[in-house]
Amino acid sequence: MWDLCTNALDTAQLRGAAYADVRVMHLRQRDLTTKNGQVGTLSQNESIGLGIRVLADGAWGFASTDRLTRDGVAACAARAVSIAKASALAKRSEVVLAPEQAYIDSWQSPFRKDPFEIPLETPLALLLAADAEMRRVKGVTLTETDMQFRKIDSWFASSIGSRIHQRKMISGCGIAATSFQGQEIQKRSYPNSFGGQHALQGYELVDSLDLMRNAPIIAEEAAALHSASQCPEKIGTLILGASQLGLQIHESIGHPIELDRVLGQEANFAGTSFLTLDQLNQLQYASSIVNVVADARLDHGQGLGTFAYDDEGVPAQCTDIIKAGKFRGYLSNRETAHLVGLDRSSGTMRTESWNRLPIIRMTNVSLLPGTWDYDDLIADTNDGILMETNRSWSIDDRRYQFQFSTEIGWEIKGGQKVRMLKNPSYSGITTEFWNSCDAICKLGHWTLWGTPNCGKGQPMQTMGTGHGASPARFHNVRIGTAFSNQ
Amino acid sequence: MSSAPKSKKASAVACEFLPERELRRIADAVLRLAKSTAAEETEVHVDEVANALTRFANNAIHQNVAEHGLTVSIRTVTDGRTARATTNRIDEDSLRATIEASLSLAHSQPKNPRLLPIPGKQRYRRVNRFIKQTAALSAEDRADAVRCACDLAVKKGQVAAGIFSNGQSQSALVNSRGLFAAYRETHSEFSITMQEGSAASWAKANSANVRAFDPQKLAARAGEKAHLAVNARELAPGRYTVILEPAAVLDLVGFLFYDFSATALADKRSCLNERMGKQLFGQNISITDDVYHPLQQGAPFDGEGVPRQRVVLVDRGIPRNLIYSRAAAKAAHKQPTGHGFALPNEYGEAPMNLVFGGGDSSVEKMVASTERGLLVTRLWYIREVDPYEKVMTGMTRDGLFLVENGQVTGAVRNFRFNQSLIEMLKNVELLSPAVRAAGEEAFEMVVPAMKVRAFHFSEVTKF
Repeated sequence: MWDLCTNALDTAQLRGAAYADVRVMHLRQRDLTTKNGQVGTLSQNESIGLGIRVLADGAWGFASTDRLTRDGVAACAARAVSIAKASALAKRSEVVLAPEQAYIDSWQSPFRKDPFEIPLETPLALLLAADAEMRRVKGVTLTETDMQFRKIDSWFASSIGSRIHQRKMISGCGIAATSFQGQEIQKRSYPNSFGGQHALQGYELVDSLDLMRNAPIIAEEAAALHSASQCPEKIGTLILGASQLGLQIHESIGHPIELDRVLGQEANFAGTSFLTLDQLNQLQYASSIVNVVADARLDHGQGLGTFAYDDEGVPAQCTDIIKAGKFRGYLSNRETAHLVGLDRSSGTMRTESWNRLPIIRMTNVSLLPGTWDYDDLIADTNDGILMETNRSWSIDDRRYQFQFSTEIGWEIKGGQKVRMLKNPSYSGITTEFWNSCDAICKLGHWTLWGTPNCGKGQPMQTMGTGHGASPARFHNVRIGTAFSNQ
Repeated sequence: MSSAPKSKKASAVACEFLPERELRRIADAVLRLAKSTAAEETEVHVDEVANALTRFANNAIHQNVAEHGLTVSIRTVTDGRTARATTNRIDEDSLRATIEASLSLAHSQPKNPRLLPIPGKQRYRRVNRFIKQTAALSAEDRADAVRCACDLAVKKGQVAAGIFSNGQSQSALVNSRGLFAAYRETHSEFSITMQEGSAASWAKANSANVRAFDPQKLAARAGEKAHLAVNARELAPGRYTVILEPAAVLDLVGFLFYDFSATALADKRSCLNERMGKQLFGQNISITDDVYHPLQQGAPFDGEGVPRQRVVLVDRGIPRNLIYSRAAAKAAHKQPTGHGFALPNEYGEAPMNLVFGGGDSSVEKMVASTERGLLVTRLWYIREVDPYEKVMTGMTRDGLFLVENGQVTGAVRNFRFNQSLIEMLKNVELLSPAVRAAGEEAFEMVVPAMKVRAFHFSEVTKF
C-alpha cells in the first residue's frame, strides 16, 4: 500500500502540488438483520481504493479511484492536481495550513473478539432468539433486530513525510418492538433507537448488551404505551436518559462547534452556526456544572470518534468545548486553526471512505460526568418528566431552536416514577436549555453512546460520532409541543 | 434554457467509463465461476459511477472532488437460502472469493420457505437519460460557472455558497436464468445559497441534462430573494395559510413514499393501514409512481430485474394501489410492480419515482389570491413525529415571507412546524403545474407548488 501512496504523492508533486496527502482504505462490512422471526438482510461488503488531496496554485483538489495500478493511481493524482488548478480559477485567498509534524506509526483499536472470525450462526441465532422473545408479547406487531460490523484499514501518507496505518474495528447491535393498535404506532428500542449501540469494539459489545433479558421488557413497553397517558403540554422539569442526552449533545453542541460551519463553508447544505467567532471564551453556553470535551483519545473510551490520528495526519486530542459552562473551543483542522488563534489543528478531519474528502467532524463530543446518583436525582425531583430513547430529532440550520421526541416518558411526582407517558417531546433554544441544567449523574451512569449516521458534506458523507452522557436534569423546559395542535 | 458553456476539456468524468459490454463481461465471468460452486442460482449487479462536484463558499471554491468506482454485487441461492456479498475488486480471485463469501453467509441461516426462484428473462421499455454534454462537463467548466455566480454575489454585496456537480452512472443486472438488464444515466446539479448579512435565500435544480438549467439564473433568483429576506420580523406561531414552493412540497411529501409499500402495510408501519380505498386526502391530490415520466430519472427495472410499472397510488384523494416486490406480491396474491429492493432485505419495496398531479395556478397567482399567509422557499431537518398520523416536524429556511393582501410585504423569522401530512393534503387550495423539484430531505420528484390552509407552526427561532 505504501508504494501506491508514494506513487500518488510523487505524481502530484511532479504535476505542481505544493502539498498532498493520500489515503488508501480497505473497508469490510457485514450486516445482519431479522424481522418477525425471519432473516432480513444478510450481506457483506468489501471496498478498497485510494483518494488523494492536493494543494496546487493555492487551492484544493481531490480525486479518488479504485483502479489500484501504477497507471491508475498516477492518473488519479494528476487529476487531483488539475482539479486544484481549476479551483484556483475561483479563489479569493491562498490556503494556509497550520504546521504539523510528520508521523510514522501503526495503530489498531483494541478488541477482544473479532466479529469477522465468529461463525455467523452465533450472531444470527442470538438475533432470532431475541426476535422470538419480543414476538411472545401480545400486542407486538413488528419485531426487528440488527447487527453491523466494520473493519477499516487506512494507510495515510503525506508530502511532509507522514506514514500512518490504522485499523479500526466497529460493532453495532440493537433490537426494536413495534405495536400498531387503533390509530397509533408505538415503538421501543434497546439499547438505543436507530440501530442500537455502536462502538469501537469487537463482538464483546454484543455480549455486553444482554439482548435476551431486555427483549421482553421493551416489547411489553411498546404494547403498554397504547394505554399510557399522553405526555402533557407544559413548561416544566425534564430529566433526559443518557442516550437521548447523547443526541442532544450531538445536535446542539457537536454541530455548532464545527469550525467549517462557523466559517460559512456549509452554508448551502448542513447550515451555519450561532457560535460566531466573537462568542469564543465569552458565551455562557451552559450552567456552571456543565463540562463538555471533544476527545478522540482512547483514554476517553472506545467510541465512534476514537482514533490515533485524524485523516489529515494530526494526532488525536482532547479539546475543552465547554468548561464550567463557558464556551471554550471549536473543532478545527489545519486550514482553519489559525482563524481562532490556534497554532495547531484540533485533529478532527475525518473521511467516510477512500472516495471522500476529509472534512471537519465530531470526534467524541461528551458531557463529562457529574456528581449525582441516578436514584437520588429521581428522588430529588418533585414534579418532572423523564424521557428516554430518541424517536425524532430536528434543529434549525444555525442550531438555535430544537425539538426532540422520545419513545417513552415517565411522570415523576414526589421523587418517584409514578406512571408511563406516551408521545413525549420537548423543545427549546440551545443556550437557554443548557443553562437550565442543574444536575448531572456520576460516572457510574455514564455511557459513551455511538451515533453511526451523522450526515454532512457534499457529496454526503455518513460518519460515526461518540457522545458520552449520563442522565441529567433541566428546568423550565417546554414539554409536549410536538403533539400540540393549536 | 441554459447558458452552460461548452466543455473546455473532454472531461475524465466521461473518459474513464467502461463500455456496457465490459460490465456484461464481468457479470458473465461471475456466472461462469459460480457454476463450479454450490450456488444453485446466481444474480450479479455491476455498477459503475463517475462523479465530480465543485463546492463553493464565501464566494470562492473551497472543495473540488472527483470519484470513480465500480462494484460487483453477487447474490447466490443455495438450498432455500440466499445472501449477498459485494466487492470492488474485479480480478478472478476476488470474484471467486466474493461468490464463496455469499455462499458462506447463505449457509449460516435457516432455510427460508418463502424464498422465490430468481426471475427469468424480462423485456424493458427503453429510456434515454444519458446526455453527453453532461458527462463531458469539466472542472474548468464548473469553475467558470461558479466564478460567475460568486462575481454576482460580490457585485451585490452578498456571499455565495453552493455546489455544481455532474456525473454518470451505469449498471448491469445479470442472473443465471438469462435475465439481462442494463441502464445508464447522467446527472447534474446546481445549488446556491446567497447570504446578505444574516439573511439568506436559496435555489437549486438538477437534471440529466446540464443544459436544462441555468446556474446564473438560479444565482440571480437566490440573490434577489436573499435581499428580500433582510430585516426579518418575528410573528407569533400558529396556523397560517402557506404557499409552499415546489422544493418545500417535495421535502415534505417525500416522507410518504415508503407508506405505499405493500411490505410496510404487512408490517403495520404504514400510515395507510386501514385507510386504503378511503377519501384520505383532498380530491385535488393524485399521485402516481412513474419511472417513465420525462422529468424522472432512474432505471426501468428493480433490484431483481423486474420491469417497473407505472402505478396510480392516489386517485383524487383516495389511496388506490400499493407497489409490490415479487415476494410481497406473492404473499398478497398480486402481480409484482417492479419496485423491489435488491435481495435479501427486510423492507421489500418502495416507489422511487413519485409524480404528483398539478393544477393551473402558479406561485404568483397563489400570492395574489392570499389575504394573509406565508411564502415558504425551503424546509429543513424534517423528521417524523407520529408515524400513523404522519405528523412531521422541521424548520423553514432560507426565505420565509409574509404575504398580505396579495403581495409579499416582508421577511419573517423562521418557524418550526408540526404538521400532519394527511391533514395538509386535505387542505390544499391551489396547485401549480408539477415540476422536477430538488430539495435536501427527499430524493427528486415531480411535484407542484401548493397553497395550503391552516398549516401549523408551533415555535419560532432567533433568525
